[in-house]
Amino acid sequence: MIAEKKETRLESPLIFEKSVPGRRGVRPPAVPQADLTALLGAENLRPEPPRLPEVDELTLVRHYTGLSRRQIGIDVTFYPLGSCTMKYNPKVHEAAVALFADLHPYQAPETAQGALQLMYELQADLSEITGMEATTLQPAAGAHGELTGILTIRAYHASRGEHDQRRVVLVPDSAHGSNPATASMAGYTVQEIPSGPDGEVDLEALRRALGPHVAAIMLTNPNTLGLFEHQIRAIAEAAHAVGAQMYYDGANLNAIMGVARPGDMGFDVVHLNLHKTFTVPHGGGGPGSGPVGVKAHLEPFLPSPQVVRRGEGFALDYDRPQSIGQVKSFYGNFGALVRAYVYIRMLGREGIQRSAALAVLNANYLKELLKEQGYRIPYDRLCMHEFVAQPPEGFKTVDIAKGLLELGFHPPTVYFPLIVKEALMVEPTETETRETLEAFAQALGEVVRRGKEWLEGAPYTTPVRRLDELQANRKPKLRWEPSGQ
Amino acid sequence: MDYPETLKYSQSHEWARQDGDKVVVGITDYAQEQLGDVVFVELPSLGKTVSAGEAIAVVESVKTASDIYAPVSGEIVETNAALADKPELLNQSPFGEGWMFKIRPSQTGELDGLMSAAAYRQWVESQ
Amino acid sequence: MDYTPHTPQDLEAMLAKVGAEDLPDLFRELPQDLLFPPLNLPAPLSEAEMMRKLHELAAKNHSAAGSFLGGGLRAHYIPAAVGPLATRAEFLSAYTPYQPEASQGLLQAIFEYQTMISELTGLPVSNASLYDGSTAVAEGVLLALRETGRSQVLISQGVHPEYRKVLKTYLDAIGAELETLPLQSGKTPPAMIGPEVGAVVGANPNFLGTVENLAPLAEAAHAAGALFVAVVDALSLALLKPPGSYGADIAVGEGQPLGNAMAFGGPQFGFMAVRENLVRQLPGRLVSETTDADGKRGYILTLQAREQYIRRGKAKSNITTNAQLTALMGAVYLGALGPQGFREVATRSVLNAHDLAQRLRAIPGVRQLTPEPYFCEFVLELPKPPVEVRSRLAERGLHAAVPVPEEYGQNLALFAATEVHTEEDLAALEAALREVLA
Repeated sequence: MIAEKKETRLESPLIFEKSVPGRRGVRPPAVPQADLTALLGAENLRPEPPRLPEVDELTLVRHYTGLSRRQIGIDVTFYPLGSCTMKYNPKVHEAAVALFADLHPYQAPETAQGALQLMYELQADLSEITGMEATTLQPAAGAHGELTGILTIRAYHASRGEHDQRRVVLVPDSAHGSNPATASMAGYTVQEIPSGPDGEVDLEALRRALGPHVAAIMLTNPNTLGLFEHQIRAIAEAAHAVGAQMYYDGANLNAIMGVARPGDMGFDVVHLNLHKTFTVPHGGGGPGSGPVGVKAHLEPFLPSPQVVRRGEGFALDYDRPQSIGQVKSFYGNFGALVRAYVYIRMLGREGIQRSAALAVLNANYLKELLKEQGYRIPYDRLCMHEFVAQPPEGFKTVDIAKGLLELGFHPPTVYFPLIVKEALMVEPTETETRETLEAFAQALGEVVRRGKEWLEGAPYTTPVRRLDELQANRKPKLRWEPSGQ
Repeated sequence: MDYPETLKYSQSHEWARQDGDKVVVGITDYAQEQLGDVVFVELPSLGKTVSAGEAIAVVESVKTASDIYAPVSGEIVETNAALADKPELLNQSPFGEGWMFKIRPSQTGELDGLMSAAAYRQWVESQ
Repeated sequence: MDYTPHTPQDLEAMLAKVGAEDLPDLFRELPQDLLFPPLNLPAPLSEAEMMRKLHELAAKNHSAAGSFLGGGLRAHYIPAAVGPLATRAEFLSAYTPYQPEASQGLLQAIFEYQTMISELTGLPVSNASLYDGSTAVAEGVLLALRETGRSQVLISQGVHPEYRKVLKTYLDAIGAELETLPLQSGKTPPAMIGPEVGAVVGANPNFLGTVENLAPLAEAAHAAGALFVAVVDALSLALLKPPGSYGADIAVGEGQPLGNAMAFGGPQFGFMAVRENLVRQLPGRLVSETTDADGKRGYILTLQAREQYIRRGKAKSNITTNAQLTALMGAVYLGALGPQGFREVATRSVLNAHDLAQRLRAIPGVRQLTPEPYFCEFVLELPKPPVEVRSRLAERGLHAAVPVPEEYGQNLALFAATEVHTEEDLAALEAALREVLA
């Protein structure tokens, strides 16, 4: 243990700094003599090769193995990052993806029937789990799904001649930043709705903001405080009464996956984060996948193509005259779709509902343990899959986070949602054992017991200690330069 | 916390000062302290016509980005070029070297409508 | 089966602690009629049963591993080291490196990736990745419009038709106008650029495979006060001039040729590099070198005030999750091959493509549409409908002849060759196409 700590505390040279001219790694098949000037035109050729590193394969392997040891993920330690659903990524998913790696999106569809069938079944499964009537698999991530969903709503209003009148999207003040960012990208004006004292959307404020100028309301349910919006049906009724559409941000679906369906709550559109709820590995920040489900009245506007059943087989349907168009080349992040499909089919109905319930149980259990350690819970009631806590009076959240790193845990999401000061947003997920939750709560208590002085210096034995963020922002250095340049 | 008597103040924490036919604008000591270390200032383009209350500049710290609003209407006639290389001037000298831009007002009286130092101090203390 | 570890004893103790009678009771504060709908989903499967079903599905697909398909993605060889290194559990199961002390591995890898993309494109600043080539084009154009404050876009027809469709979706959303500059004899002609145009977009090589000299288009763009966006094939940058050298302000493209599987169209990654002065307009993650409390070198996410979780409605983009793992595969790939190996992959692909084109255009009724010079893809006019030709070839175990949209002409099909192909492979496709077209 001590030896490893020592090793990761060493300087980590860049791969460019390990480069030696003339050294080679993987060799491609032999290349015959070629006159590239004749083939490509002298004026088109680059005068200098790109300065890529020159390393042998073992150096490459040690380099990336070394980097991986300076990195933690779910497979290394507990990673309760709120709103990110860092649940275990089953290994069987990776085996499944390998079976579909060598398919080209433009190969003849009759030679990709297995892939199309999988997509067709997944479209149906996701519609079933969300209570929607059609699903597109094309968006590449959650925020991309948001854009797709909002553009679908926009096209719907436009088809009814109401686009010019509906220019506003309502977003609660507790929302993820991607919601207002998405509404802006879709050309809408964003209006924030305050949260009430109970942490839920203030229904009266919402009613006052509603009107024929509103295109949609974007909601996360449970919200970013981990609380279920009890008034959801009243909200939906009020929105629909003025012709606005209800948008469900699926970032927090894990709490209610299969237990309560957005479609049944009155939502018209939902996006999912397959890399959260359906346990596609986060990969250090993607690739993800953000399918969008809609009610029947919005189906004609979904992106093109959709996978459809045709005769005995499956086909890509491009004949969608009212579609918003395409949001990504080809058909979506298929590799992520395979993993989600495997997840749903292995869990089955019972497993999906049980997983959601256990995510809620783990969150509530951990919330109780945190209270015992002196942490404050600003909205203390039965939470969903996550909850927001605050450190004991006088302690700073950033210090708690850095202290946790020293004790070997990944911290929760910090300083979000914005409506809670010094917020720690904790999402344990259902795949963690009771012992892990207890050890984490102990660690949260331990960092406080070690005191402020210790906390302010933490972490001590991580590969680097606290970094100078100011320097990185004032004078960013965004690439390596060869020495002497 | 400094509240120079010679300046006028807005609720969104800009200060303004008459300088010949121009109005000089910056952010207050309170604002810079709330923001923390400033890392970047996005200034309005010269010649731009602005209205009072319009967001025309952005001040970024490491973890926040805040809009800066025009306290008076008019034309942007000068911006503080030194901020490009030394955004920290906003922290070090918010009322002096850290000024942000100058507006040639298109309407009279807007400057007088802003708060006095005493009123602004009260406003800050009520926040 | 699910992945929850709870024993009956765990459940009992934990439920008691949180004050719930059973699992459904945890949802007691929700509207009761919403709860536990009957889900029409199949019964749970074990791992063994699942893998069997997946093998059955996979058996309905034909591998396109040695295919001659192109149009954005191609069958390149992925060195064996790439997968195991890039998907090491620590990388695979991490999220965005918000906590730098626990994420130096990824942050350093991204910093190295940024350097590699900067080297390939000849532009100083690369972000950490975008979703794919198509959305990279859209984000590049939006960046140019933000920077110039304009709302018209001129795009060469040489840009991939699907990328243009995606761009149109993004531009429609903000009410910006998109005008297409039609190709003439396979190349982008000189253009008149109006004063409201903020972004001019060209591709190199273009969708037909032609290597274009885009410098005049870039110059015209700059003369009109617009920014020039170059859409480039990552592999081509081993041999061709970097876009930064012919006037590109923004270079974007699809990263698949760099060590990523075709995977039926995703996931791969999009890349974007820009001039220094555009850095604060850049969408997506960005990593900077800095120092830690002990003065040691380290890496950290920077300029985060551009991003949605801080800037919300005024963010440069809504992008959050990007394509970090697939971009990492790209970096490992480039590290594995080095400059020499990368150049050899590109050269062999070019040579194979020219050999193949020569063979195929000798078949009666076949005409090559793509003019010289071309890289490793080209378009042929066929005497039979391409959709049918593609299917007949597939029956013979060969994947080739991507049908080209009719905006480029009738009965056109796109072919690609890569370093994986041997002379026998090229001869086999030639023989099969002769048979199919006979």
